[in-house]
Amino acid sequence: MVDLHVDLCGIELSNPVIPASGTFGYGYEFAQWYDIDILGSLSFKGTTREPRYGNPTPRIAECPSGMLNAVGLQNPGVEKVLSEEMPKLKEHFHKPVMANVSGFSVEEYVTTVSKLEREDQIGWYEINISCPNVHGGGMSFGTDPCQAAAVTEAVRKATKKPILIKLSPNVTDIAEIARACEASGADGISLINTLMGMRIDIHTGRPILKNVTGGLSGPAVFPVALRMVYQVSQAVKVPVVGMGGITTAEDVVEMMLAGATAVEVGAANLIDPFACKKIIEDLPGVLEGIGVKDIKEVIGGSHRG
Amino acid sequence: MKQGTFEITQNRHLTDAILEMRLKGDTSAVTVPGQFVELALPGFFLRRPISVCDRNEAELVLVYKTVGKGTEALSKMRTGDLDLLTGLGNGYDVSASGKEPLLIGGGVGIPPLYLLAKELLQEGKRVQVILGFNKEEEIFYEKEFKDLGCEVHLTTVDGSKGVKGFVTDAMTDLEYTYFYSCGPLPMLRAVFKQSKTSGQFSLEERMGCGFGACMGCSIQTAEGTKRVCREGPVFRKEELPW
Repeated sequence: MVDLHVDLCGIELSNPVIPASGTFGYGYEFAQWYDIDILGSLSFKGTTREPRYGNPTPRIAECPSGMLNAVGLQNPGVEKVLSEEMPKLKEHFHKPVMANVSGFSVEEYVTTVSKLEREDQIGWYEINISCPNVHGGGMSFGTDPCQAAAVTEAVRKATKKPILIKLSPNVTDIAEIARACEASGADGISLINTLMGMRIDIHTGRPILKNVTGGLSGPAVFPVALRMVYQVSQAVKVPVVGMGGITTAEDVVEMMLAGATAVEVGAANLIDPFACKKIIEDLPGVLEGIGVKDIKEVIGGSHRG
Repeated sequence: MKQGTFEITQNRHLTDAILEMRLKGDTSAVTVPGQFVELALPGFFLRRPISVCDRNEAELVLVYKTVGKGTEALSKMRTGDLDLLTGLGNGYDVSASGKEPLLIGGGVGIPPLYLLAKELLQEGKRVQVILGFNKEEEIFYEKEFKDLGCEVHLTTVDGSKGVKGFVTDAMTDLEYTYFYSCGPLPMLRAVFKQSKTSGQFSLEERMGCGFGACMGCSIQTAEGTKRVCREGPVFRKEELPW
């Protein structure tokens, strides 16, 4: 038997596989496909203080080995998440959940986290300072170390629960941002959010996405994500949650070898609703194949000699 | 909703750009006309949402249009297996039809109306259908609807067959108790304005997942934000803020 347990900021996960925010709703949509209690945890849809409709459609475009999205943080707002979405999530998922929080000002992040404090099932906060699809907020906090530090510091004061800061890859030196977050009280770092991109329809000459630009995800970004996880996990002491294009159990092992303690699976859920289930089922065999009995052994394995 | 492997038994051109594909497999999740499938295409990342034209216990019929590289690749497949998510979306509500429903389809919006017409006829309704095209060469399924027992009215924009003009030009003289429509957005909006009764519209949108997870296809309705893939693709006239 291969041991798949990992510890993420003091909370034990039965396995390191976590569906990524924005690709798994509030969980219950996937409960129609399989028992979601098999997941390590799940990061719910990015939640803001106010309800958000998001961007106009088209919000989605196909890319080689991936996709662009410009959803723009559509969510019902923190109050409805607590009163309507969480009760539905609880029917199907009984483990600590990761609360993904977005905002347009430091105060908004703090207010949203403070409200979510009354929900006991939240194990961690994943503070999204990296959404590329909204204007005047989101990613702007994640591309400047001082602003990233300011959000981290403010949220740190609002909760005793572990906070992970979700970083943008659309920066020159991601390790510098990660260090700024760690120094300001982050308990972990999660990365990467999507890479900013665009597509143009050659027949109309116009961008496919109404928002013009969107975030690239899927297997196309995996090598970029892996490189950044490798760099960040050596730049900070806190645990790193790695994501970006993970599709198979092999990808999970590779991401953990790069330095991730746990992983998030995003776009793969959208093209195969059973993606996370298959990855979790395949993990023991893949680990056995490389002679590993405890998955914790592979974390950061590529850093050594 | 179900995931399953389907075998291609036929994939033939009905017109230059419209094809009819027959697929053998477990169709049990397809329960209502107006639902769609998400089809995985080898070599492409996202699945492709395609409405169900017809079904029986062992077979699905999809009628689709080649509009890009994905459907172009699909049009060249003659044999082999396809991975499908079936039973997606909220289809047409047959119970609202009254005695004499009118079905209004434009171009590649026509296929989901076929299974709907079948079910309405089985319930003993008098079914009138308006099929709208740009020109005669693009006409498909006229005979199929007639063979079911529908009263078919054709329109072509260039007047090469049937009533010259748009589907709305054929609506003027018809009496109906309710309507069901599917087609391009400008057509649906025109039908919305011209219709004398309540009815239902099937909408199209670029989708990420097709089963409600990504919020890629959300639209604003009179009753708040809804997902075309989950609460739709069929919406009641009263829901649409047109």
